[in-house]
Amino acid sequence: MLLKALPLVFVLAGLVLYTVLAGADFGAGIWRMLSGPGEQGRRIRDHAHHSMGPVWEANHVWLIFVLTVTWTAYPTFLGSIASTLAVPFFIAALGIILRGASYALRSGASTSREGVLVDGAFAVGSLVTPFALGAMAGGIAAERIPVGNAAGSLWSTWLNPVSITVGVLAVAFSAYLAAVYLSADAARRSEPDIEEAYRRRALAAGAVAGALAIVGLIVVHADAHSLYAGLVHGAGLAVLIVSLLAGTAAMGLVAARRFEPARYVAALAVAAVIAGWAFARWPVLLPDLTVYQAAAPHDTLVAVVVAVVAGGAILFPALGLLFALTLRGHLGTPGVDAMPPAGVAKGVLSQAGRAGPAFQARLAVALLIIGIGFLNAADAPWAHVIGVFSLFGFILVAFAAIVPRALTQEG
Amino acid sequence: MTHLAPALAPVHQQYLLEARQMQALSFTVHIPLVCFGIAFPAMVLFAEWMGLRTGDPVYRTVARRWSRIVLALFAVGVITGTILSFEMGLLWPNFTATFGSVFGLGFAIEGFSFFLEAIFIGIYAYGWDRLSPRWHWVSGMPIVITGFTGSLTVIAVNAWMNHPTGFRLVGGHVRDVNPWGALFGNSLLWSELIHMYIAGYMVTGFCVAGAYAFGRLRGRWGRYERVAMTIPLTIACLAAPVQVLVGDWIARDIAVEQPIKLAAIEGLYKTTRGASEHVLGWYTNGQIKFGIGIPHLLSLLAFHSWNARVIGLDTVPPSERPPINVTRLSFQTMVGIGTLLALLGVFYLLVRIRSRRLPETRWFYRALVVAGPAATVALVAGWVTTEVGRQPWVVYKVMTTAQSVTGAGGIPVGYTALIITYLGVAGALIWILRRLANRPLDVPEPGAPAAPTPQPA
Ligand code: HDD
Ligand code: HEM
Ligand code: HEM
Repeated sequence: MLLKALPLVFVLAGLVLYTVLAGADFGAGIWRMLSGPGEQGRRIRDHAHHSMGPVWEANHVWLIFVLTVTWTAYPTFLGSIASTLAVPFFIAALGIILRGASYALRSGASTSREGVLVDGAFAVGSLVTPFALGAMAGGIAAERIPVGNAAGSLWSTWLNPVSITVGVLAVAFSAYLAAVYLSADAARRSEPDIEEAYRRRALAAGAVAGALAIVGLIVVHADAHSLYAGLVHGAGLAVLIVSLLAGTAAMGLVAARRFEPARYVAALAVAAVIAGWAFARWPVLLPDLTVYQAAAPHDTLVAVVVAVVAGGAILFPALGLLFALTLRGHLGTPGVDAMPPAGVAKGVLSQAGRAGPAFQARLAVALLIIGIGFLNAADAPWAHVIGVFSLFGFILVAFAAIVPRALTQEG
Repeated sequence: MTHLAPALAPVHQQYLLEARQMQALSFTVHIPLVCFGIAFPAMVLFAEWMGLRTGDPVYRTVARRWSRIVLALFAVGVITGTILSFEMGLLWPNFTATFGSVFGLGFAIEGFSFFLEAIFIGIYAYGWDRLSPRWHWVSGMPIVITGFTGSLTVIAVNAWMNHPTGFRLVGGHVRDVNPWGALFGNSLLWSELIHMYIAGYMVTGFCVAGAYAFGRLRGRWGRYERVAMTIPLTIACLAAPVQVLVGDWIARDIAVEQPIKLAAIEGLYKTTRGASEHVLGWYTNGQIKFGIGIPHLLSLLAFHSWNARVIGLDTVPPSERPPINVTRLSFQTMVGIGTLLALLGVFYLLVRIRSRRLPETRWFYRALVVAGPAATVALVAGWVTTEVGRQPWVVYKVMTTAQSVTGAGGIPVGYTALIITYLGVAGALIWILRRLANRPLDVPEPGAPAAPTPQPA
């Protein structure tokens, strides 16, 4: 039982992280569009661009994580929602392409006209993607997706009151998170006017998101009654209250310029909303499908848990390193060129001891012949292993024999 | 074999062909890009390492400029890969719903691998001048490793689709799933992986070297260019002959595991002893027209025996045969290009060994300009051979592509939108790569003759 639920916990945790981390990246795209004119507008845009640079790709992978764990652990669930919700899913895909491509382009855009064009594409992607993903979540939570291959309506499953509210809420919330994050970043770089600009934006976006959340509750009451019933009883109610408190507290922290804690408290508010859905409808995933029915066979679930735990053990230290370097300002811009620091001017690594060229050449030829013999003449699998390693050895030894010498001789 | 009962009720999809083309388009965009993710980081790190060893700033300039290209291509690789992940649900929901529990683990592990790749690319590309030189170099190592593990897991999925194991069908339902065995205990995995990995080095090496060859033909040539050309060129020229040997290995694996694919590749209709190999030509009515036949060669190549029996297309009903000419032509394209590139590689290596310099004839540089695109064509042609040659199956002999497709409407609309978007991305990518290439060189190095590079005419 626990085993069947555990991957869902991973999926939901991944979803929270994606909403909080990548959501802020989407929001940054929205603020680039709403930056206002003139010199300050340009600085507001550039600030949004530079703060996200080193981290957005890593943040984006949480979506891949959510997707792959879902289709491994709950394949029927994923097949049903992806086929019925094909339209918003595809819109989200196009939005992600727009964003990624314009991100890559921004570093090459030098004239301001190019910059405006790229920022426009970026903003469209940043608006459309959270809306589409939010609308999908709304459709699932409102239990409008039947089990089956595109068995539900292509349109009403995501263009209904709950979906639209959740979609708009996702956009507002992304904008809010981004503004909080960017204020904190500007404060760290001691740029008070940018900090203030983003603080105002954070308060405005937070107010909108809060209002939408209340509207959302009313819409859920009218449009998705079983979800509403779950949300106002027991554990559902508890997390709902946590969410409301956390949301209010986050606004207070922003008003008091305590940006760093504000981010964590805001993250708690999202986590509580997502947990609220899980508690309210547990164990129902889709109208005719529970978590237990959807779960993959035992060995697959064990494999998923092992993979996620082992992967996480490598991943989290690495993520910690990335964020620590970013926060301490150790990561610059790849576009800025500078003279190499004095430290590298004279070789830092000593000349490695190397074998003579004639020996290397003979070794390379020997490896090539052994490789052909074992890979191409022999038929046994073990022989192929030896063959492949010999051929890789040939490439490496020959490269070592040719290149360093070729590079240092000429010139 | 029992008939499969897919997890979701099967549907009729009018636009199956468009769905397949959409999948093919997405792959054709993704796979050339990821070659750079597989191979380029290792070249960047080698250049940086030479810089650390010798203290010569030219290497650092090379590494630094290349790292920006890695970053831009990675960003596009990420989005095209995301599209592929979405398409597993968007286009083939029944495949994912039925077999997600068997193959999905591969993508889940791949996800972690790309996570680490994204993290360290961020640190490496944004950490120049900010991290100590040694630590900066070390921060690039995980990129090389994750480029390999990422391809390992994806290819494991593809090898599983071509040679499905690790589960049983009981009354049409998937039972006794063993995901580790399905993905990593698969005999096809290793040949496919090594072939793809080497293809990555060929595509990257020839494309990068080709860019400098193009510059050289226009008189843009100095120490910087010589360094930046020698590294990728040598790697690609060493990889090219090895690729032919690995290709022979993979073909022998196919002969055993997927005889119908081999028959399609060769256009062999009748099961034959001592089958001959046909080069060029066109398949109609069970035979090759206008091809050059070499007696016994097919038996010899596939089974190492003069009179070995090679299974023909006649052993399966017409509905279970892949499109013969597409499979055959793409295979011949790959092998033809692979052979020419191997010859080009051997020529370079001989000149290098005998006179210790780059070849001087302009023809060599003209060939190099073409070699990058040609390697990319071979890459895509190889995947067409694999994927089209597997048709009509998506999971070989278990599930057909028609059973796996979505029931949603609007595929032509999505297909058109994707084409337009990708054309836009391609235009944008070319534009940014030209921008990056045309930036003035950024290191004023003492005693280097070619510091400020002229813009190309
Ligand atoms: C630079 C690219 C490149 C080059 C020069 C070659 N190949 Fe290749 N080939 C690939 C790139 C590729 C590939 C795109 O990477 C494929 C697709 C699936 C795979 O594993 O590798 C492939 C597949 C592939 C297959 C089908 C495998 C399957 O269906 O699973 C065969 C039989 C060969 N190759 C054989 C060869 C031979 C005999 C070559 C000798 C000249 C050759 N390839 C050169
Ligand atoms: C790791 C996994 C995979 C790899 C590396 C791979 C590779 C490719 C490539 C390169 C093509 C392009 C062929 C062309 O240009 O015509 C292709 C086509 C295709 N792929 Fe795959 N593929 C993979 C997984 C899948 C999956 C999961 C499906 C769906 C169930 C799939 C179904 C198809 C189909 C239907 C085509 C079009 C073939 C045709 O037009 O006849 N492949 N694949
Ligand atoms: C021949 C097969 C494939 C190979 C060798 C391959 C390899 C790679 C590599 C090396 C990357 C890193 C990005 C880069 O360097 O540009 C990448 C990115 C990606 N690939 Fe593929 N891939 C293949 C097919 C697929 C398939 C079939 C899928 C999904 C169904 C997929 C999904 C992804 C995703 C989601 C990313 C982005 C990861 C990120 O966000 O960092 N790839 N691929």
